[in-house]
Amino acid sequence: MKEFWSRFSRNRGAVIGVVILAVVIACAIAAPILFPQSPWSMVQRPFLPPFEMEGLPLGTDAVGRDVLSGLLHGARVSLLVGLVSTAVALVIGIPIGALAGYYGGLVDDALMRFTEFFQTIPSFALAIVLLAIFQPTLAYVILAIAIVSWPPVARLVRGEVLSLRNREFVEAATLSGQGDLRIIARQVLPNALPPIIVLASLMVATAILLESALSFLGLGDPNVMSWGYMIGAARTVLRTAWWLSFIPGIAILLTVLALNLIGEGLNDALNPRLRVRTT
Amino acid sequence: MLRFIAARLVKAVFILLAILVLNFVLIHAAPGDPAAVMAGEAGASDEKFLQDLRERFGLDQPFAVQLWTYVKGAVQFDLGFSYRRQMPVADLIWERLPATLLLTATAFVISIVFGVIAGVLAAQMQGTWWDTLISSVALLFYATPLFWVALMASLLFSVVLGWLPGFGYETIGADYTGFARMLDIGRHLILPATTLGLFFTAIYVRMTRASMLEVSRLDFVKTARAKGLRNSLIQRRHILRNALLPVITLAGLQAGQIVGGAVLTETVFAWPGIGRLMFEAIGQRDYNVILGVFFVSAAMVLLFNLITDILYGIVDPRIRLAR
Repeated sequence: MKEFWSRFSRNRGAVIGVVILAVVIACAIAAPILFPQSPWSMVQRPFLPPFEMEGLPLGTDAVGRDVLSGLLHGARVSLLVGLVSTAVALVIGIPIGALAGYYGGLVDDALMRFTEFFQTIPSFALAIVLLAIFQPTLAYVILAIAIVSWPPVARLVRGEVLSLRNREFVEAATLSGQGDLRIIARQVLPNALPPIIVLASLMVATAILLESALSFLGLGDPNVMSWGYMIGAARTVLRTAWWLSFIPGIAILLTVLALNLIGEGLNDALNPRLRVRTT
Repeated sequence: MLRFIAARLVKAVFILLAILVLNFVLIHAAPGDPAAVMAGEAGASDEKFLQDLRERFGLDQPFAVQLWTYVKGAVQFDLGFSYRRQMPVADLIWERLPATLLLTATAFVISIVFGVIAGVLAAQMQGTWWDTLISSVALLFYATPLFWVALMASLLFSVVLGWLPGFGYETIGADYTGFARMLDIGRHLILPATTLGLFFTAIYVRMTRASMLEVSRLDFVKTARAKGLRNSLIQRRHILRNALLPVITLAGLQAGQIVGGAVLTETVFAWPGIGRLMFEAIGQRDYNVILGVFFVSAAMVLLFNLITDILYGIVDPRIRLAR
């Protein structure tokens, strides 16, 4: 662990990413404490510019809602959707990839055709279709994002499992009479974990971008304040109150940037190929 | 080569059919009466319409028969009827498709050209502050939400600076013809295409840079250097040619993303393509249009993929010989 951290922290960008993400997480935690009132409630006259009134540092939006409150509550939604949808995507993708890689042959063919199909269809358009047909509640938003983002997981896991399954320790486990599923879960997958972790961290970033884009189009949960919704709602007043679109966009940008930086740091720290080169 | 293309074509057809089945399942999985789903909610349909729909799609018949009717219709370019707009969906899409093709193709070209050039420059100046600058900007764009950058670009270049039109496909009421009209459309195209391509430009920069650096460490490059070849020649003929292979793979994957991204860009810039059509259909709950655009965009992706596959086969003989 200590060795991991020293390698991770050598990447300056990754450390910056951790700091930014820590701030975002702190905002998400602090939101209900600092702003117990709903972010949807009207607090002042509309279109109050930032830095004009004490207590409302970022001003108000087109219907007089506190922008800062929306921003902090939005952080909760972004992180929640990013993390949970990635977790769901892993739950779908890992078994598919593991089975395909471990058994090969027909199983592999069938599962990979299935994966390829989902990888070919335009993912954002599919997410739109799913949410337009089913009601856009938070659960469906998460599910839709997971459905369009699992294929890379399956492909990655398949590749890792393929390269691991003929190794001695897997043979040893087979000879000791362990079942296939047990071998996959206990012997193969733990060794495939580093690249999965790296991919997952990048997927959280992509999921946050996707969520914001869907909310922007009006396909987010109508009861949840999110950054994408804030930008979408402010779109029509772009000329007169540009900051209403600008501020939440910066929040998305910083969060996604932080996650990407962390992903790269993890890659440097966990990638054995690079480890050989640096030591 | 022909066999390779034929195999790809067959696969594309299968995927299209699978998407039709998916569309069909989605209509039936939606909560409520499929006829009401197809007709669109909120009073766009009366009981007579619903009855017509039930008869036309045989909704009282077995599932398999219904599926067959649906697929047969779609294969003949019958994507249903938009009761909201009182027009066949296929006609609606057909009308808007050229604008989307123009936009996505331009964005595609912009992102590849700028991305590869910047990536090559960054790789060649590895470690200098030019490299840092290019890589940082790419990292930033890679994290930027597409719709937001589109909004900000239209604000900056259209509203504040007034350099470029930030709205629509051409100047309304100007009645340009011939070359003047092309120029006018071109001016309207710059902002949407650049912002749509921005995210992918960033990916190409990072990809090309990494790929160039990786290839330049390989043995045959050392050999070329040992032979005393000029550096510019090694860069161009030995490194770049090989470094571009993963870029082509990426181009195929990008196609799928760029069509989805068009929904966002077209919405922000009021570009009259199928993406904007989809956005409007979301607001109107016009499911036939949404599913129709989804189907056509998937077909576009398959077409793009086919083109990149063929390109790949031409550039890298290993690919077509392997099958």
